[in-house]
Amino acid sequence: METYTLIVLLLAATLRVATPLLLAALAGMFSERSGVIDLGLEGKMLGAAFAAAAVSAVTGSAWAGLAAGVLTSVALALLIGFACITHRGNQVVAAMAVNIMVAGLGPSLALAWFHLGGQTPQLDAPGQRFVEIVWPWAERARETPFPGLLYAELLSGHSLVVYLAAALVPAGAWVLYRTRFGLRLRAVGENPAAVDTAGISVNGLRYQAVLISGMLCGVAGTYLSTAASSGFVRDMTAGKGYLALAALIFGKWRPYPTLGACLLFAFTDALATRLQGVALPLVGVIPVQFILALPYVLTVLLLAGFVGKAVAPKAIGVPYAKEQ
Amino acid sequence: MSAPGRLPRWADLGLLPIVSLLAALAASAAIIAIVGESPWVALRLMAAGAFGSQEAAGYTLYYATNFIFTGLAVAVAFHAGLFNIGCEGQAYVGGLGVGLVCLGLDHHWPFWAILPVAMCAAAGFGAAWAFIPAWLQARRGSHIVITTIMFNFIASALMTYLLVEVLIKPGQQSPETREFASAACLPSLSALLGRLGLNVSASPLNLAFLFALAAAAFVWVFIWHTRWGYELRTVGQNPSAAVYAGISPPRMMLIAMLLSGALAGGLGLNEVMGVQHRLLLDFPGGAGFVGIAVALMGRNHPVGIFLAAVLFGALYQGGSQLSFDLPRINRDMVVVIQGLVILACGALENLFRTPLAALFARWRHPGEGE
Amino acid sequence: MSAVRTDPPAASASPVRDTPPALELRGIDKRFGPVHANRGVSFAIARGTVHGIVGENGAGKSTLMNIVYGFHRADAGEVWVHGRRVDLLRPHDAIAAGIGMVHQHFMLVDNFTVLENVVLGVEGGRRLADGLARARAELERIARDYGLAVPLDAVVEHLPVGLQQRVEILKALYRRAEILILDEPTAVLTPQETDQLFRMLARLREQGKTVILVTHKLREIMAVTDRVTVLRQGAVVHETATRETSERTLAEKMVGRAVSLQVEKTPARPGGVLLAVQDLEVRDRFGVTRVRRASFELRAGEILGIAGVAGNGQSELLEALAGILTPSRGEIVFKGAALVRGGLGPRARRRLGLAHVPEDRLRMGTVAAFSAQANAILGYHDQPAYNRGGLLRGTAIQAGCARKMRDYDVRPPDPGLRLSAFSGGNQQKLVLAREIDCDPQVLLVGQPTRGVDIGAVEFIHRRLVRLRDAGKALLLVSVELDEILGLADRILVMFNGEIVGEVASADATEGKLGLMMAGVKEESV
Repeated sequence: METYTLIVLLLAATLRVATPLLLAALAGMFSERSGVIDLGLEGKMLGAAFAAAAVSAVTGSAWAGLAAGVLTSVALALLIGFACITHRGNQVVAAMAVNIMVAGLGPSLALAWFHLGGQTPQLDAPGQRFVEIVWPWAERARETPFPGLLYAELLSGHSLVVYLAAALVPAGAWVLYRTRFGLRLRAVGENPAAVDTAGISVNGLRYQAVLISGMLCGVAGTYLSTAASSGFVRDMTAGKGYLALAALIFGKWRPYPTLGACLLFAFTDALATRLQGVALPLVGVIPVQFILALPYVLTVLLLAGFVGKAVAPKAIGVPYAKEQ
Repeated sequence: MSAPGRLPRWADLGLLPIVSLLAALAASAAIIAIVGESPWVALRLMAAGAFGSQEAAGYTLYYATNFIFTGLAVAVAFHAGLFNIGCEGQAYVGGLGVGLVCLGLDHHWPFWAILPVAMCAAAGFGAAWAFIPAWLQARRGSHIVITTIMFNFIASALMTYLLVEVLIKPGQQSPETREFASAACLPSLSALLGRLGLNVSASPLNLAFLFALAAAAFVWVFIWHTRWGYELRTVGQNPSAAVYAGISPPRMMLIAMLLSGALAGGLGLNEVMGVQHRLLLDFPGGAGFVGIAVALMGRNHPVGIFLAAVLFGALYQGGSQLSFDLPRINRDMVVVIQGLVILACGALENLFRTPLAALFARWRHPGEGE
Repeated sequence: MSAVRTDPPAASASPVRDTPPALELRGIDKRFGPVHANRGVSFAIARGTVHGIVGENGAGKSTLMNIVYGFHRADAGEVWVHGRRVDLLRPHDAIAAGIGMVHQHFMLVDNFTVLENVVLGVEGGRRLADGLARARAELERIARDYGLAVPLDAVVEHLPVGLQQRVEILKALYRRAEILILDEPTAVLTPQETDQLFRMLARLREQGKTVILVTHKLREIMAVTDRVTVLRQGAVVHETATRETSERTLAEKMVGRAVSLQVEKTPARPGGVLLAVQDLEVRDRFGVTRVRRASFELRAGEILGIAGVAGNGQSELLEALAGILTPSRGEIVFKGAALVRGGLGPRARRRLGLAHVPEDRLRMGTVAAFSAQANAILGYHDQPAYNRGGLLRGTAIQAGCARKMRDYDVRPPDPGLRLSAFSGGNQQKLVLAREIDCDPQVLLVGQPTRGVDIGAVEFIHRRLVRLRDAGKALLLVSVELDEILGLADRILVMFNGEIVGEVASADATEGKLGLMMAGVKEESV
């Protein structure tokens, strides 16, 4: 295969890897813009991945799986909300607790219900997964490298969730910058007291934000277990939630830059897979671990102000309490 | 009243963690019931599995050793107002230091000479891995929670690379180093006690347990009875007051995180030098995260941390027993309980604190109505 | 409560009008745990008047206003607005009832524009664009009617405080507030800005709005209000028409006994120069120059007052002298040592005999979660009296704290008690005790009586004068003109980071200082 085809395939893989990252990062954007640190992305995704795979396996319907995934993730989001918003608990601690709990709960329930050593059954019956949608004439187009192959690989051939994630970026930007809800959301993450004295419920807004985050994480988790793979396995998010958070920070809590960061991180991931054991001219074999660590290193550098500066919402991480 | 109520000191330190723990255990029991096993049977099995024999108790304390180290690490950072989620990575890298010393010296030096070098390596490597996030927080203002998480992943990538590509024993498939010679292995506690004429059954419990206890005592003295501990707590409670008092917050943050990383590195002594006798993938096994639960439950006090570490040791040891005896439960159940304990003791503290405080207020001022 | 409206005009009743009062409080009661913040507060405010509410810190003024604004919920009592009983469960209800509030700390989103800040909460539809367009037209009309011009598209954090306050007033008017509460509105304003604000309030009154002015500055009460209510320890102790009372009467009612507003002291006998400041320039952490080329000398046996409206560089000057901020140029010489060039920090300066009572004791001077005894060594914890080889000497620390508590009448005298359990006055006395205890040559004092009850104020003032009489040098920064006038022997006035003039205390009047505080240079006064 010549270089051109390789690059197109690499880009197509990037889109697939970027999808759960993007969904989770947008989820985090809503939560963090409201002032609630969203370290729980990992746990919410993992919980949704398990619930979606389990329900899809039992009912035979990927859509039922999606519903279960979203519900589970929303329930976890509300649990974090209950601890951090209602009871003003430490947001980092609450999220870590949920991440750890879910990491154990998925395999525990899977073992009890399916007796497969902590996995869910393979989803191979029709309708149990979100399959790739092949656009019209994609197979024919593949024969002409340009632009046919681009059409067949990049536009066509992804599952519904990939297109949904792409559409959510402009939608999210519109909600954040052009609606009443977006204005209030941005305000509550900067100065909750101003929102409170303006007669709007701070807690109400923050609950709405974590709810949206829960829904989006639910979709992301569902994608992992019923579209990107066929079933739930232990720790299948493998840090994607934290990576999404890194992408959100890298995107400075704004929708389009976050999209860019997700694509960049996904590209390094796809590249690492491609480059495994491949000797490159001049540099030789690049250890795949180095490429995989790149997004984390980049985020650290960004946070340290070595590449640009990320300014977080001012009230982030601070529970809101009225003064006496 | 908007602020959560105030409790008497003994209730704050003793009663509240117990109430929170009971709530977490009740939730765990519910999950065990959902899974289809009897929580009561599970509890009995766990207790027996954790303390039922000398060997079981040895295993429990061996796990507890790891958790004391990481719990202390989290607590020291907490006192300086820092949330160190990176203990997992610091322990991992600390273990690397131990492993390198052992691999390099085990055929040349005697045990008593290797031990101090290995201890320094454990502390030094762990501290070094904590230093970078600490420096970035202190000097560049990057959020330490995020950077330490990133450093966990970076540590994991680094260790995988080293074990797969560099340190792997030649001619072997699994990414592990060769086994250390006996000069680089910590004696087990049963061997030590055997020398004193006491007969105890063999378990992974080793000399590192005593080091962990010594570390706990050191942290107690350091935090509450030295001027550096006073400065560290001042920075954690009110950085502006620290500056006013002539204490440099960035400097104390660095010191706290170096100490925290060094303590986390102690885990490497227990795992690498005490039990595995080689370097292998993922030997911290999540103990860095258990440290968060242990510190929260132990109220960041060494005594509390010791008790909480033993409890979690019992959960880990009892939990593995559970997975043998009950077909519907695996070791992941312990992780669930761990998560619930962090939730109840750390994040939902006010849920229990407020009603408890109200109860105390009523008890103290009887008859004073609302 | 019906008596209030049927009685003929008396000191304790509201004026009889045909219309019901704009706001009437009946038996408002509120507790925060052990603190009884409001005790059966009842009074009425007539429509179209400016009503003052005065009281000491902790008298319950802010709590009361927060209840009226629906921010806190009263345990008992009723609020009537324009003759109708209203349930104020949240700010939303107060806004709906036509109540607006300008908080002491502005409730603005810094990185939003003025327009976005004003519409927040009343956006007029789910989509922003339509609502913003309508709001713009409406705001331009309000700005014309009330003379409240503000650039609508400016980002709030780039506006001066006077304009930010105007945005807050606009917010209330845009929400069609009929009753406007202002909580300590002049704390951050120059005298000139204050005058502007008061003219604005007069215009609001002409338009039939009701204004409630919450303050502890009696001069302002006398200047702009029609009636005044005095609160003490959560209860109404006095209510009167403003023209029938005096500052002295109000002060006595606030405190509950006759007070000496004057500090008794003999003329100063200044000695040699102890502290010399040369050409000092200080920038804050954003790089903004806050102190410009300040030069002055401080002599033994005198109190040098620094007057100025808050935010004109006094805080930064004080912190630079204490070693907390590093000056960008200039020098501070103390006992022959060049503090800036020598790189001497707060610790080294303390050792040399330069002590510092910071402006904000809770933010900087103490650690609220520590015990009193741990607070009593803050900054001195490294001295041999309190630690040996790094190990803290518990017994010595406790004994030292007990002694300080005795000497400075800190109550309760329990070294083990958490600092947050002490009242503001007792916390301040503990800080003062700590800083004076080590026998400093120079004492830097910032806002020594902020948030302190009047009893403790007298105590603190006497101690400061006694220290002066013992031959020490004191530098006093205060935004309370009365305090400066009462204590200082010499007064420097700061405006916009510059020392604009020096006045001997004998020649100082409020009018003269006020002009200088507004930036009018000494020569032209």
